[in-house]
Amino acid sequence: MKLTTTLVVSSAMALATGFANAADMADEMTIVSWGGAYTDSQQNAYHTPYSEMTGVDIINDASSNEAVAKLRAMNEAGNVTWDVVDVVAADAMRLCDEGLALEIDFDTQLAAAPDGTSATDDFGDLLVSDCFIPQIVYSTTFGYRTDMVGDTPPTDICAVFDLETYPGKRSLEKRPINNMEWALLCDGVAKADVYDVLETPEGQERALAKLDTIKDSVIWWSAGADTPQLLADEEVIMGSTYNGRLFSLIEEQNQPVAMLWDAQVYDLDGWIIPAGLSPEREARALDYIMFATDTQRLADQAKYISYGPARASSAPLVGKHAELGIDMAPHMPTDPNNAKNTFLYNYEFWADYRDDIDAKFQAWLAK
Amino acid sequence: MAALTPISRTPVSFYIPVVALAGAVAGLLVGTSQGSSFIGVVIGAISMSLIAFGMTHVSSPEKTLRWALLIAFAVAGYLFAKLPGLVIGTAFGWFFGWFTYWLYEGRYRARLAPYLTPNQVLWHFTFRVICGVIFGFLITPILVVLPLSFNAEDFFTFTPEMLRFDPAGYSLKHYRDFLTNEDWQSSLRNSLMIAPMATLLSVSFGTLAAIGLSQQHMPFRRAIMAVLISPMIVPLIISAAGMYFFYSRVGLQGTYFGVVLAHAALGIPFVIITVTATLVGFDNSLVRAAANMGANPVTTFFRVQMPLILPGVISGGLFAFITSFDEVVVVLFVGSAGQKTLPWQMFTGLREQISPTILAVATILVIVSICLLTVVELLRRRSERLRGMSPS
Repeated sequence: MKLTTTLVVSSAMALATGFANAADMADEMTIVSWGGAYTDSQQNAYHTPYSEMTGVDIINDASSNEAVAKLRAMNEAGNVTWDVVDVVAADAMRLCDEGLALEIDFDTQLAAAPDGTSATDDFGDLLVSDCFIPQIVYSTTFGYRTDMVGDTPPTDICAVFDLETYPGKRSLEKRPINNMEWALLCDGVAKADVYDVLETPEGQERALAKLDTIKDSVIWWSAGADTPQLLADEEVIMGSTYNGRLFSLIEEQNQPVAMLWDAQVYDLDGWIIPAGLSPEREARALDYIMFATDTQRLADQAKYISYGPARASSAPLVGKHAELGIDMAPHMPTDPNNAKNTFLYNYEFWADYRDDIDAKFQAWLAK
Repeated sequence: MAALTPISRTPVSFYIPVVALAGAVAGLLVGTSQGSSFIGVVIGAISMSLIAFGMTHVSSPEKTLRWALLIAFAVAGYLFAKLPGLVIGTAFGWFFGWFTYWLYEGRYRARLAPYLTPNQVLWHFTFRVICGVIFGFLITPILVVLPLSFNAEDFFTFTPEMLRFDPAGYSLKHYRDFLTNEDWQSSLRNSLMIAPMATLLSVSFGTLAAIGLSQQHMPFRRAIMAVLISPMIVPLIISAAGMYFFYSRVGLQGTYFGVVLAHAALGIPFVIITVTATLVGFDNSLVRAAANMGANPVTTFFRVQMPLILPGVISGGLFAFITSFDEVVVVLFVGSAGQKTLPWQMFTGLREQISPTILAVATILVIVSICLLTVVELLRRRSERLRGMSPS
C-alpha cells in the first residue's frame, strides 16, 4: 500500500513539474531535415549552440524527403510530432497553401541584421512564401570526371548532350524540372525564352526530343547521393546533383571530379513551422528559428557545407571550412566566378505546369 | 564412402565435349568481365578441350600434369591481372585438372549405384549443379557486402587497391564509425530495446492463441485464425497506415510502447503458425493424464505441454525477433525520431548518403544472425538428444 502511494505521489509530482516547464516553452524539440552531411552542418552551426544556450533537447529526424506527405497525415491524425521542418521552397509553398505551415511575420519574428537592416530587406527576393524562412541557396549542377574527358574538359552545359565529344553515360535527375530547361537551352532556345517555349505543348515535345538524343546514355537518379556514387564508380562521365554533394566528393573524398557550373539552377532550402502545434511548442520553435536564422548562424553553416547563406548580410562572414581549412567562398554557388550563367528555380512556372509535364515526362521515360 | 561401382576410362567423344562445356562457362565469366562474352566462350571451350585432350594423351603421371596445369594457369593469371589473377588462375587450374581426370578416369561413376542408367547419372549431377547455382544466387549478394564493408573509401566500389589486395585499400573505419557515431549507437540501442520486448509479447500471446485455437471445441476457429494471421498477409504499408491513424488517436504514436505493440502484432502470426505446427504432434491424452493426477491447468501447461512444444515456441520467437529487428515500414509510421531503429537508420543512410557504414552494420548483423541460428540449432539438437528423440 505504501509503495502504491509513493508511486502515485511521485508520478503526480513528475507530471506537475512537467506542466510547469511546459507552460513556458517545450524543453524537447524534433527537427526534421535531410540527414547526412547536411544535418551535420545544421547540428554544428545551429543545434549544438542552441542546446547549450537553452538546455533544450534536439532530436534529428531525416524525413524531409517525405515531409509534405507526412505533415498531411499528421494533420489528418491530429497529432503533429515535428517542431521545425527543413524543406525546399516548392514544398514550403504547397504546405503554406494547404494551411499546414505557420505564417511568419518576418520583421518581428526573425532577427534583424547586425547593422539594423530588417529581415525582410536582408533576405530580399528569397522570401518566396509567407511560411518559409530561407536558410541556404543551393544549386543543381554538373560534375564530371577529369580523367574521362580527355584534354578538353567541358565548359558549357551542352556538353551533356554532346555524345560525340564526351561519350559515356551521364546521370540526370528522374524528373522534368531542370532537365527540360537544359534541353531547350542546348536546342538553341535563348535563355530568356526558355519558359515561354516550355509553356507550349510543342516546346515540351521539343525538349523531350532533345533529351531523346541522349536517352540511351542516361542513368536516372532520385537520391542526391546517387550521382557522387556513380561518378566515383566511373559509371558515368558526368552527372547532375546538388553542389554540396559534389564539393564533398571533390574536396573531402579527393575524387578526380570537377564542377561544371554553367547553367546551374538555384533553389532555396529553409525552415517551416508546422501548423497545429501546442502554444508552448510553437513558442519554442519560433525561438529556435529566431536564433538559427540570424546573420552569424547562417554564415556559420557555410563552414561545414558548401551552400550559400540566404541572408545578404551573411555573405561577407563566410570563412574557411571547419576541418579542411580551405576558403569556402569560391565553392559557393553564388560566387561570381561560378554564377556567370544561372537559373533560379521557377516556382510559379512549375507550380502551374508540373503535373502536366510530369505526366508527359514519365510517359516518355517509359517508352 | 567406398566405391560402389567399378570404373573404367571414358571415350574421347564423352569427356572432351563436357570439358569444353565447362571451359565455355569459365570463358563466359572471364570474357564478360573483359568485355566480350562471345569470344570468351569460344576461347574457353576450344582451349580447355585442347588441354584436356593433351593431358590425357601424354604419358606423364596424372599428379605431375595436374600440378603443371595449376602452375601454368596461376602464372598466366598473374601475368594477366596480378594478384587477383593469380587467385582465379590457381582456382581454374586446379578445377580443370581435377575435372578432366574425374571424367576421363570415369571417377564420377564410382560412388553411384551400379544400376543407374546414364540419364539418371546425368540428372544426379545436373541436380547438384542446379542446387549449387541457386545457392550461389542466394549467397552472392551477402558475400559481396562483406569485403566492401572494409573499403577505405566512402563508396560502394571495389577500388583498384582492393582488387590488388593492397592493404591500403582496406580499413576498419566504417566499423569505427558505427561504433562511435551517436546516430548509429542510439538506433542500435532502440532496436535492442524494442525487439526483445516485442518478441516477449508475440511469444506470450501467440502461444496462448495457438493453444486455444487448437482446441476442438473452440468456436469460429478458422475466422479467428484468419484475423490473427492477417498482419502477415495484408501489405505492410496498409497495416502501417492503419496503425498510424489509430495509434495517433489513442496517443500511442511516437511512443516506445506503441512501436513494441505494433511489432508484436507483426510477430504473433509467426508464433501462431510454428506453435500450431508443433501442437499437431502433441498428444492431448498427456494433458488428461496430468489432470487425472491432480495437476491444475496452469501446472499442466508449464510442466507437460510447454516443454514439448518448446522448439516451436523458440523458433516462432526467433522469427518474431527477426521481424521486429528487420522491420522498417511500420516503425517509419508508428515511431518518431526518438524510436529510430537500426533498419530505419540504414534506410535513411542509404537514401541520403550511400555510406559503407551501412555495409559494416549489415556484416555485423549477418554474423550475429549466423551465431544466433547456430546456437538455437545446437540447443535444439541437444534437447532432442537428451530426450532421446534422435538416434544421434
